[in-house]
Amino acid sequence: MASVAPLAAIAAQSGTAPDTRRGMRGAKRYRLNAFRYLIFCVFGLFFLVPLLAMARFSVEGTRPGQFSLSAWTQIPSYPGLLSAIEITLELALLTCAVILLLVVPTLIWIQLRVRWISRAVEFLCLLPLTIPAIVLVVGLAPIYNYIRHYNLSALQLFWVYGILALPYSSRALAAGLGAVDLKTLSEAARSLGASWLTVIWRIVVPNMWQALLNAMLLTTALVLGEFTVAVTLLYTNLQTALYYISRDTNNAGVLFSTSTGALVFAFMLLMILSYVGRRRRRRRG
Amino acid sequence: MSASGARPVGAGRRIPLAWAGVIPFLGYLGVFLLLPTGIVLWGAIRAQHGPGLTLSGLKLLVSPTVRFYFVNSIELSGITAVMGALLGAILAYAIATGNPDGLIRRVYIAGSGVLAQFGGVTLAFAFLATVGPAGILMHASWYFDYPQGIGLIYLYFQIPLMVVVFLPAIDGLKIQWREATANLGGSTWQYWRHVGVPLLRPAFFGATLLLFANALSAFATIQAWDNQIAYVVPQQINTSIISEVGLASPNEPQILALGMIILVAVVMTGYALLQRRTARWLR
Repeated sequence: MASVAPLAAIAAQSGTAPDTRRGMRGAKRYRLNAFRYLIFCVFGLFFLVPLLAMARFSVEGTRPGQFSLSAWTQIPSYPGLLSAIEITLELALLTCAVILLLVVPTLIWIQLRVRWISRAVEFLCLLPLTIPAIVLVVGLAPIYNYIRHYNLSALQLFWVYGILALPYSSRALAAGLGAVDLKTLSEAARSLGASWLTVIWRIVVPNMWQALLNAMLLTTALVLGEFTVAVTLLYTNLQTALYYISRDTNNAGVLFSTSTGALVFAFMLLMILSYVGRRRRRRRG
Repeated sequence: MSASGARPVGAGRRIPLAWAGVIPFLGYLGVFLLLPTGIVLWGAIRAQHGPGLTLSGLKLLVSPTVRFYFVNSIELSGITAVMGALLGAILAYAIATGNPDGLIRRVYIAGSGVLAQFGGVTLAFAFLATVGPAGILMHASWYFDYPQGIGLIYLYFQIPLMVVVFLPAIDGLKIQWREATANLGGSTWQYWRHVGVPLLRPAFFGATLLLFANALSAFATIQAWDNQIAYVVPQQINTSIISEVGLASPNEPQILALGMIILVAVVMTGYALLQRRTARWLR
């Protein structure tokens, strides 16, 4: 009987209409909500204001308080900037090609035929997360000295970018591969006479296109923001071009317009990504 | 999968060559991931004069000039990791206690995912426009001071990262545990003191370590923030590779890089251990 008394007391305490979701009473819930909205406002401002300030700077006129689009219109004519944007977009394409043509087939092949190696490969794929880019670049310097004997183009950076993108893309791909019943599908296809190439290209890939899209978006976002390797190896991509401009002319309007543009582009990519990811999860659940 | 199960008739007895399909990929990783790492390690322990190996390079790690960068790196990473973890945990709690399908939660989760990866040169420009010498919000005199100026900028990606890493742990707190505490006569304070905090502690410390490693390897933001003075290890690595003048030792980049590898390895091991403890109750 003694153990029932506290229960009864709580039942009496909790009133007529308890908010069941978090097991809290009205007044408490109200206080919590006030606290929550305060937190959301403060953090929201902290995250939004710098972005808005940058956007505002990009339309700053010659005199303070004036609006002007000159910072945007001079992007194409600013020395070196357009070629840097072009190089960066081409690098993103090349890196995506590495992922699509080398990493994707290999990961599928491992799941289909060489399962015993999958743990080791998974470890290798995540390794770049624990080796900072600035450390990797120390060891890459002699390798790139060698590459520069043959080709001087900044496009050669795609070799490293493929490695840097590996942890993110391989995890996205692994999630996609895990959702496909590879064994049944491949056995069915093989018993109908399909070659392994057909199995990969026409059976497995169409079943994981969302994972492929995820991997591509993550890779593109990474390449668009990459700075460390490019600046240390003295190549020019978008981020290093902006860095050099800022070093030479501190408050060039073109900095803010290009940054805002690049940022909006990257935001769009990652928002698409989160949307795609959510839809997949919902369908599975 | 059995090796003989799916083999078509007529294929005969072939030497198993399935593993050969992995060779191009492993070769790529070998040249651009393992070889550079090997070059770093080899360069750090190779004797500078004459053949053989030496550990004298490691002595350089504790010499005053090099120690300066490591102390700064640890200080900046430590401050921003702890502050980012505390603020991020508060934000994560505010998100977790709301409507699980609500708009605020979705916006903050998507936004955190984006902002956690938003480092780099553009972030420094955004803060330059906000609180820099000609900033819109204020002209902060401490903007170029170390570590408060750069620390504020680092929080911009540390807090969202904390939300991303820590929110699953808070979501894993079951409502039943709170009810059980209440049934046993416990107050809110006792619930947090004896149930909530002890459960979240390993996840919290693990996330803090991850934030620490994240700040440790960050380079672009601090380089764009102040390109005149090298404060942290990544900046000095960059300087020592590009300039090769006035170095403590010809293999200074390799030795600094080795120091980074050791530091990150220690931190990430701690993270993995704490992660395993968290996984015990977090499903």
